[in-house]
Amino acid sequence: MKSLISILDLSTEEIDELIAKANDIIANPVKYQDACAHKKLATLFYEPSTRTRLSFEAAMLELGGSVLGFSEANSSSAAKGESVADTAKTVSCYADIIAMRHPKEGAPFVASQNATIPVINAGDGGHNHPTQTLTDLLTIYREKGSFDNLTIGFCGDLKFGRTVHSLIEALSRYSNIKVVLISPVELKLPSYIKKDVLKAKGIPYVQTTSLEEAIPDLDILYMTRVQRERFFNEEDYLRLKDTYILDTAKMNLAKPDLAVMHPLPRVNEISVAVDSDPRACYFKQVLNGKYIRMALILKLLEEASK
Amino acid sequence: MNIDSIQNGVVIDHITAGSGMKLYDLLGLDKLDCSVAIIKNVHSGKMGKKDIIKIDADIPIDFDVIGYVDPGVTLDFIKDGVRVDKKNVDLPEKLKGVIKCHNPRCITSTEQELPHVFKLTDREKKIYRCIYCETKANI
Repeated sequence: MKSLISILDLSTEEIDELIAKANDIIANPVKYQDACAHKKLATLFYEPSTRTRLSFEAAMLELGGSVLGFSEANSSSAAKGESVADTAKTVSCYADIIAMRHPKEGAPFVASQNATIPVINAGDGGHNHPTQTLTDLLTIYREKGSFDNLTIGFCGDLKFGRTVHSLIEALSRYSNIKVVLISPVELKLPSYIKKDVLKAKGIPYVQTTSLEEAIPDLDILYMTRVQRERFFNEEDYLRLKDTYILDTAKMNLAKPDLAVMHPLPRVNEISVAVDSDPRACYFKQVLNGKYIRMALILKLLEEASK
Repeated sequence: MNIDSIQNGVVIDHITAGSGMKLYDLLGLDKLDCSVAIIKNVHSGKMGKKDIIKIDADIPIDFDVIGYVDPGVTLDFIKDGVRVDKKNVDLPEKLKGVIKCHNPRCITSTEQELPHVFKLTDREKKIYRCIYCETKANI
């Protein structure tokens, strides 16, 4: 693996290896504090993203490396019309590894085809966001101890929510998974994912519009935000944005060992009162994101040096 | 209806009836100076009806375009009035510069110099997807 563009670039063995590495980093942080000394990570962020960019930067700094880059297209040569391919070639002369976020789908792939250093897709529009999926997988593993025999509920925007699509694809490779899809009719999971992933792999799933009815059976509840930027029509966004709000009353219906996840940022879909519930895992998820990115940077740099 | 035999060139045969014009457009045959005949709805024992294109010049043929539009097509290469070679075409694994990605969120929508490339992802259903954004091609 030279670069990571889609979660499907990784075999389950490679995912297991990354999770094991992340767990080792969590257990022995000192062992890794200079693992990337004298190495540079370039964060090329063509659109703002507080969490992902800071997570990558924190990951590299904790490995003893340095970071350089830009956090919006206006402060890069893209504003002058430079192509992604040329930027990737240029940055290859300065850094050892690239993390790229871009509003256009496929931009990190173009970068990976032109860079001479590894490229990590840090999100390309509504398309792929593999390090979020790795973050989610590490969180599930740390909360549940394995990926097997789990009932996982996805709630909110299942139509445009790329994190949901990627996580379903990644989890579909494990056994005895059950999926509960909770969404308004307008934001249902696209039928090609149901057909090509869930049905094709024989994963049982149910669709419902009621979070209250679904929550008692769940081992994992993955909440999502209805994203304004994915809508062409503001009216639809306003009508649908607050369909589901997870609050303490709904949490009372859930299993005592439920794990509530959210890729963040949240808006109204999880009440702040839920934060103090030990089953709320979304801030642990943020921390796990840093650790899995550390594991990924290590792996890609190791392979690049071979 | 009689169409003269060609002396040097290519006969694209067994085109699914109705696909002849599409192939004509995608192969850019309108730009040729030589004689080109499109014969539509020709009676065929095997296919019922078929289209045929005859090109009276030895021009390079893009097999990928033909395979993409109509994988059952056969090509007869004619030299001095005699068939010297025959080829069957199949669905190509990759299509480069044949069709365009129409996803407004795809990187190809803003970076004009990028080649439009599609990959065959389902041979049975003849599904091609953009290599950048994975959007399904409209055939």
